[in-house]
Amino acid sequence: MSETLKITDLHVAVEGKPILRGVNLTINRGETHALMGPNGSGKSTLGNAIMGHPNYEVTGGKIELNGEDVLEMDATERSRAGIFMAFQRPMAIPGVKMADFLRHATTNVRNPERKEGEELIPMRQFRKELKDKMEQLKMDVEFARRYVNDGFSGGEMKRAEILQLAMLRPKFAILDETDSGLDVDAVKLASQSIAEIGGAEMGILIITHHDKLLDQNVPDFTHVMLGGKLVETGGVELAQELYTEGYERIRAAYPEAAAAEEEMAETEALAH
Amino acid sequence: MATDITQSVPDQNIPENEAIGEINKYDFVTPTTDVFKAERGINEEIVAQISEMKGEPGWMRDFRLEAYRIFESKPMPKWGGAINIDFQDIYYYLKPTSEQGKTWDDVPQEIKDTFDKLGIPEAEKKYLAGVKAQFESEVVYGSLQEDLGNKGVIFTDTDTAVKEHPELLREYFGKIIPSTDNKFAALNSAVWSGGSFIYVPPGVKIDFPLQAYFRINAEQMGQFERTLIIVDEGAEVHYVEGCTAPMYTTESLHSAVVEVMVKKNGRCRYTTIQNWANNIYNLVTKRAMAYENALMEWVDGNLGSQLTMKYPAVYMMEPGARGEILSIAFSSKGQHQDAGAKVVHCAPNTKSRIISKSISKNGGRSSYRGLCKVEDNATDCKSNVVCDALILDSDSRSDTYPYIEVEEQDVQIEHEASVSRIGEEQLFYLMSRGLTEAEASSMIVSGFIEPLIKELPMEYAVEMNRLIELQMEGSVG
Repeated sequence: MSETLKITDLHVAVEGKPILRGVNLTINRGETHALMGPNGSGKSTLGNAIMGHPNYEVTGGKIELNGEDVLEMDATERSRAGIFMAFQRPMAIPGVKMADFLRHATTNVRNPERKEGEELIPMRQFRKELKDKMEQLKMDVEFARRYVNDGFSGGEMKRAEILQLAMLRPKFAILDETDSGLDVDAVKLASQSIAEIGGAEMGILIITHHDKLLDQNVPDFTHVMLGGKLVETGGVELAQELYTEGYERIRAAYPEAAAAEEEMAETEALAH
Repeated sequence: MATDITQSVPDQNIPENEAIGEINKYDFVTPTTDVFKAERGINEEIVAQISEMKGEPGWMRDFRLEAYRIFESKPMPKWGGAINIDFQDIYYYLKPTSEQGKTWDDVPQEIKDTFDKLGIPEAEKKYLAGVKAQFESEVVYGSLQEDLGNKGVIFTDTDTAVKEHPELLREYFGKIIPSTDNKFAALNSAVWSGGSFIYVPPGVKIDFPLQAYFRINAEQMGQFERTLIIVDEGAEVHYVEGCTAPMYTTESLHSAVVEVMVKKNGRCRYTTIQNWANNIYNLVTKRAMAYENALMEWVDGNLGSQLTMKYPAVYMMEPGARGEILSIAFSSKGQHQDAGAKVVHCAPNTKSRIISKSISKNGGRSSYRGLCKVEDNATDCKSNVVCDALILDSDSRSDTYPYIEVEEQDVQIEHEASVSRIGEEQLFYLMSRGLTEAEASSMIVSGFIEPLIKELPMEYAVEMNRLIELQMEGSVG
């Protein structure tokens, strides 16, 4: 039986303001989905809601992983159930070394029943695996001794997120603009890496503005988000169209969503 | 010019027993067979009796009696936290065995048992020759590595030093911290017992840390150890002390005095990790004098206790002297850490650096209290103070009281303070990687104190991390 992440009529609000207004999306393991849309349309909100960020309040709808209610789980449980998100702006944790953090994370995700204080995966085994993955991603081993995201460049942060993806091997991964802030070569490396670390075995949701990340990770489906809804779904050709042509056609075709988008943008502008 | 950046109202409505379980790992009392116990309370007679029991020379007895009179005349400190001590309800002297243990085999079994519970044998194996351990008021076990002795290094308990090295003691004892300094320094001067005495001759560099373990084990037993370190010209030493006190139902007082003298081109690092039970008052006076181009470093970790007041000081007496103080305080329910540092620039071209980190959780209160003083004509001095506070919940509190007294214009003084709460975003990030909320908090806290941990010798770093983990257990939710 194929494994499925199923989102049904999802409504999400942030600080009381509605952002997602009924999202439906089904991702099967092994599929790659691209999620595109203008800034502020709710793409990252969808990612954060799937991952269980406490500030993203689900006001309606369902998220299910193989039929299990994901909304009942906290972020820890979701991660251990096999959901991963590569963040657009991952948090710095000063004083905590990448290697220590990754060893805890890897142990927990591989052993979901683990209680605090129980054994971590053996150091030798972990080190070897980490070293292999870092070589694969062409990362300097020194990177493992640096503090998590502390003083990282934009590119380093994104690569650190991909390293985590490689180590944690989730069932479903959301990549939130993993290509932004990277130069052409870095995007190429990142996209190759995602393909190499077994992207084919995961269900992947790629949130992106560009088509480069999609070169190596050809989406089976492309979704367009506008005003907190997925308004259109197509194949890889849709992603290419949006990248070259922009969202004019989409806005014209879905006036209601376009109006909602404008309203959200105004609320946002007033708030700042 | 105290700045109060109080973050929340003091603890209210917090269930009484919440913090009790936290350090119960150390909540054990080993029965002891006391050879001599002074009467409860303090007066001239008891002070004289302590001196007599120790077989001290007259000058030390007179020093104690004078200190007792000063103690009587001094008021309680007006800063810090509330001190509610009945000085007549404390035992000031207790000698657990009739003789100092010469080797590990001589150490009584019950004391070994206590050490076992604290995991001391591991350190003992490693540093067998260098370890000195204090059980209650007297050093019961200590042996000195042979080559140290050959180099002329003296590492003994202070009581022995009074008898065997009177010339050094009479020159330095009570000179860096006179009995008149404060009420608790006076009390210690009157009733002190145990502590370490170290003398490092000119040019001798000791390349491994000298260690001592301190323990309080009798109910209502005050511990008043007295440590004196003299680092002669061009010499170097790193001294390490760690304390883990068991839990009691009645109040207990720990009031130590530590004096350090670092002569020209000398270096001294003094590392302390203290984890006191919730009912202990920990009121300690620590001061070092650093001479020409000398370096004094205090690394000070404070966990537990009902109230800690401790401000390690460095007086930079001659040009080129440097003082560094790295301190960390962790306070939980029912605990108040009033800790900080003092740097006094008495000469030109002297430099100081203070890094202070505090963590408050579960209704705990941490205060940074620091003094930076520059004397007249101490030109071209630099002082850099950084204090960071991490507050884990809304019941907890952090304050910063920096005092700056500058009598000279040509100086450079920097002070930075930050207060942060454990970020929701940081927690979420770690949780999204499979860590539980408690594990995530614990990781953020250990990262916060990492700059201090990495300064500690390996086994202390492990111990400190373990203590922090114990303190953090069940801290969330």
